[in-house]
Amino acid sequence: MSGDLVMALLVLLPLAGAITAFSFPRWGPRIGCGVALLTLALAVRAALDVLRQSPLTGSLGGWAVPLGIRLRVDGLSAILLLLLAIVGLFISIYSLQALGPARGTRGRAARYYWPLWLFLLAALNGMFLSADLFNLYVTLELSGLSAVALVALAGTKTALDSALRYLFVSLSGSLLYLMGVALLYGACGTLDFELLAGQVTGPPGWTAMALMTAGLMMKGALFPLHFWLPPAHSSAPAPVSAALSALVVKGSLYILLRLWFESAGGGLTQGTLQLLGACGAAAILWGSLQALVQERLKLLVAYSTVAQLGYLYLFFPLAAGGGVRVWTGGLIFLSAHAFAKAAMFLSAGNIIKAAGHDRINDLGGITRVLPVSVFTIGLAGISLVGLPPSAGFVGKWLLLGAGLQQGQWWWVATIIVGSMLSAAYMVRLLSHAFIRDGTATAWKAVSPGFEWSALAMAVAAFLLGFTAKLFESLLQGVVWIGGAQ
Amino acid sequence: MLSSFFTGCIIFFLREESHRLRTWLNMLGALLKLGLVMVLLRGVYHGESWQWSIPLGPGMTFALGADAISVMFVTLSTVLWLFTTIYAIGYLEGSPHRSRFFGFFSLCVSSTTGLALADNLLTFLVFYELLTVSTFPLVVHRGTEESMRAGKVYLAYTLGGGTLLLLAVAWLQSIAGPVSFTERGVLAHIAVEHRLELQVIFVLFIAALGVKSALIPLHGWLPRAMVAPAPVSSLLHAVAVVKAGAFGVVRLVYDVYGIETASNLGMLDPLAWLAGATIVYGSLRALFQDELKKRLAYSTVSQVSYIILGTAILGPLAAAGGIVHLVHQGIMKITLFFGAGNYAETLGVHRVSEMNGVGRRMPWTTAAFTVGALGMIGVPPMAGYISKYYLQQGAVQAGLGWVSLVLAASSLLNAAYFLPIIYRAWFLPSPDEWPEEHHFGRFETGWMLLVPPVFTAAMVVLAGILAEAPFSPLAFARIIAGEEFPP
Repeated sequence: MSGDLVMALLVLLPLAGAITAFSFPRWGPRIGCGVALLTLALAVRAALDVLRQSPLTGSLGGWAVPLGIRLRVDGLSAILLLLLAIVGLFISIYSLQALGPARGTRGRAARYYWPLWLFLLAALNGMFLSADLFNLYVTLELSGLSAVALVALAGTKTALDSALRYLFVSLSGSLLYLMGVALLYGACGTLDFELLAGQVTGPPGWTAMALMTAGLMMKGALFPLHFWLPPAHSSAPAPVSAALSALVVKGSLYILLRLWFESAGGGLTQGTLQLLGACGAAAILWGSLQALVQERLKLLVAYSTVAQLGYLYLFFPLAAGGGVRVWTGGLIFLSAHAFAKAAMFLSAGNIIKAAGHDRINDLGGITRVLPVSVFTIGLAGISLVGLPPSAGFVGKWLLLGAGLQQGQWWWVATIIVGSMLSAAYMVRLLSHAFIRDGTATAWKAVSPGFEWSALAMAVAAFLLGFTAKLFESLLQGVVWIGGAQ
Repeated sequence: MLSSFFTGCIIFFLREESHRLRTWLNMLGALLKLGLVMVLLRGVYHGESWQWSIPLGPGMTFALGADAISVMFVTLSTVLWLFTTIYAIGYLEGSPHRSRFFGFFSLCVSSTTGLALADNLLTFLVFYELLTVSTFPLVVHRGTEESMRAGKVYLAYTLGGGTLLLLAVAWLQSIAGPVSFTERGVLAHIAVEHRLELQVIFVLFIAALGVKSALIPLHGWLPRAMVAPAPVSSLLHAVAVVKAGAFGVVRLVYDVYGIETASNLGMLDPLAWLAGATIVYGSLRALFQDELKKRLAYSTVSQVSYIILGTAILGPLAAAGGIVHLVHQGIMKITLFFGAGNYAETLGVHRVSEMNGVGRRMPWTTAAFTVGALGMIGVPPMAGYISKYYLQQGAVQAGLGWVSLVLAASSLLNAAYFLPIIYRAWFLPSPDEWPEEHHFGRFETGWMLLVPPVFTAAMVVLAGILAEAPFSPLAFARIIAGEEFPP
C-alpha cells in the first residue's frame, strides 16, 4: 500500500463508515468499531513510514502544489494521528455498550451517534493530514459541526443550551479564521504551510495571524475564551465528553502550532509568544481554582481541561528556543492529557450510571460498587497532577527543564503552582467522594466492559512516559522544530 | 535485586479478600525480599556494586544501584518490614479494608526500597512521590473525620515538599546535567561559577526533604498523623517516610553536593543549627504530651534530626554517628511503637497517665518498651549510646562546643520524658480495671503482637553490645564514612 493510499484512506474510510452507519443504523456499532480498528492500523502504518522516510507527502488527484491539494504526514501529524486512532478506538469500544442498539426509546441517540462520531474522526484525520490553510478550515468546520451535534445528542435542556452556545462560538471562531485565511491568500498568493514559511510579514500578514489566532483560541477554549467549554463538555453523553476534551480541542491547538511555528517561523516575536503563554498561565490558575470549587464531578473534570489546556499554551514561549526536547515534552503532555481526560470522563459516566447523579458530596462509598472506576480516576489523576513516573510527569518535567534552561522562571513558577492546585482538586475529589463511607446505598450495577475500557486509557496515560523515545524519533525528522533531516 | 520489589508491588495488588492466602503472600514476599537483600548485603560488603538502568526520555534515566548506604537502608527497611507485617496481621485481625491496607502497605515498602536503591536524583524523586501517594491511604485508613483531616494535612505538607523537590531537581539538572549519586559529590567543578544558584537549590532541597524528615518548622504533620493504626505509625516513623527524608539529606550532602562543596558553600552550619534546634524543640514538646503516641511522635521529630546533625558536621566520626543512627533510631522507635500499640490494643491504654503498673500486666511488652526508651536516652550498652557517643566525639573533633551542649541537653530531656513512663509502668500499682481489656489466651497479648517488639528490642541491645562486630550497623556506617572522608 503506498503512502498516498494510506493518507486518502485515513479520511475516506471513516467518511464511508459514517454514511453506511447512517443508512443502516442497525450496523452502526459494528461499523464504528471496525472503522476505528482499521484507522488505527492505517495510523500505525503512516507512523512507521514517517520513521523510515520522513515526511510522507502526496497530492490529491495528482495536481502539483500551487494548484492541487496536498496531503502530508510528518512527525507531528503522525503522533496526533496515532493518538486520535488509539483514543478513538477505546471510546468506540466504550460507546458500544454505552449507547446500546439503535432501537427502543434510547434508540435515537444511538442511531445518530455513530455517523456523527465517524464523521468527527474523518474530519480530525483530515485536519492532521492537511498541508494548507484552507483545507484546515474545512476540516475545522466539519469537526466543529459534528461535535456540536454530538453534544446535542444528550437531548436534555442543558445539553441543547450548551450545544447552541458551542455552535455560535464554533461558527464565529471559524469565521475569524476564514477571514485570516482570505487575507493571507491575498497577501501571499498561497496557503500551503511550507510555501508560506517566511512570507507572513507586514501588516496584512500580522492581521491575518491575529484573526486566525483569535478564532482558534475561541475554538480551542483558551482562557479568556473558554466560557463555553465547561457546560458543553459536562452536559454531553460520556463518550462524547471524552472525545471533546481529549481530541477536539487539541485540533485547534494543532493548527495554531503549525501556523505559529511552521508558517510564521522566522517572524515570531518573543512578545506575542509571551502573551499566548500568559493566557495559558491564566487558564491554568483560573481553571484549577474553578475545579477546586465545583460541586459536580463532570464540571470538575471539564474545568480541569481548561487548566490543562493552559499548559499546552505555556508551551508556545518555551518551544521557540527549545528544539526537539521541548516538543517531545509538549506532545507527551498533550497525549497524556488526552488519555487521562478520556479515562476520567468515561469513569465519570460510569459513576453517573451507577449513582444517577454526579454530586461529589453524595458519592461517598462508591468505591465498593465501582472499585475499578475509582482506581481509574485515581490513576488518571496522578498523571494529570504530574506525579512521577506517569506520562504527565515526563511532559511537565521536560517543560520545566526548558523553562529553567531558558531562564523563563515565571513559567516554571506557574507550572509548579498549577501542579499543586491540580493535586488539591484531585485530593478533594478522591477523599471527599471515595474514601469516606456514604449513607446512600441505592447504587445500580455497571457492566465491567465500561470500567475496563476507561481503565485501559488511564494505564496508557500512566505508561506513556516510557515511550518518550518514540516521540523523540518521530519529531526528529521535522525540520522546522529544530530536528535534523 | 528488583524482583523482590516488583513482586511485592504486584502480588499484593492482586490478592483477594481471602485471609489465609493474603497472610501467606505477605510473609512470603517479606521473606523472599529479606533473602535477596542478604545476598545484596554480602555482595556490597565484599566491595561489589550493582547497577541497572533504563532510559526514560531525553535527558531522563531511571537508574537503580546498590552502594553501602543504600544497602544499609534497604536492610533496615526489609527487616523491619518483616516484623511490621507480622505485627500488622495480628493488629488488624478482623477489621475491614484489610486488602486495601496491605496493598498500600507493601507498595509503601516497595517505594522505600526504590528510594534506597535510587542511583540518581530523578529516580529518587520518582520514589519519593510514590511514597507520598502510597502512605496517604494508610494514614486515613480508619476513615474517621479526624483521620481524614490528618491525612489532608499530611498530604498538603508532603505534596508541597514533593513539588519543591521537583523544582530543585529540575533546576539542578538544568545547571549540572543529569545528576547521579557519586561518593564525594559531583558538583565541585561548578561550585565557584554557580555559587548563588547552588545555595538556593540547596535550601530548596532541604525545605523539600525537611518536610518528610520533620525539621522545624515543617514537622506539623507528624504528630497529627498519629491517628493512623499502630503499624502505620511505626512504618512512618521508623522505616519509611521520616527516614526517607533523612536519607535524602544524607544523599544530598554526601553524594550530590559532596560534603566539602556543601561546606564551602556555607550551607552546613545553618543545617546543623536547624537540626540542633529541632532536637531540642522536639524533646521539649515531647515532655508535655500526655498521649503516648504523640509523645513518641515528638520524640521522633527530635531523634531524626540527630541523623541530619551528624551529616551536617564535617568529620568522619560525626558522619558515622549520623548514619548509624539511621538504623538505630529505626529499631528503637519501632520497638516503642509496637509497645504503644500493644498497650492500646490489649488494655485500651492511650495516655501516659493511664500507664500505672502496666509492667505487671504485660511484662514482656514493657521490657521491650523499656529497652527502646533506654536506648533513646542513650544509656550504654544500648544502640542509642553508640550513635550519641560518635556524634559527641565528632562534635569535639570538629570543635563545635554547642553541639555537645545540644546533645547533652537532649539526653537529659529524653530521660525526663521517658523515665517517668518507665517508673509508672514498673513501680506504681496498677488500677483495678483497665480502660478496655482484651484477653488473648496464654500470653499477655496476641503472639503476633508480642514477638516483633521483643525481637526488635533484642536487636537494640545487640546493636549496642556487638557494635564492634564486622556485621553491625556501626561497621557499615564506618565504611560509608570512610568513603566520604578519604584519609
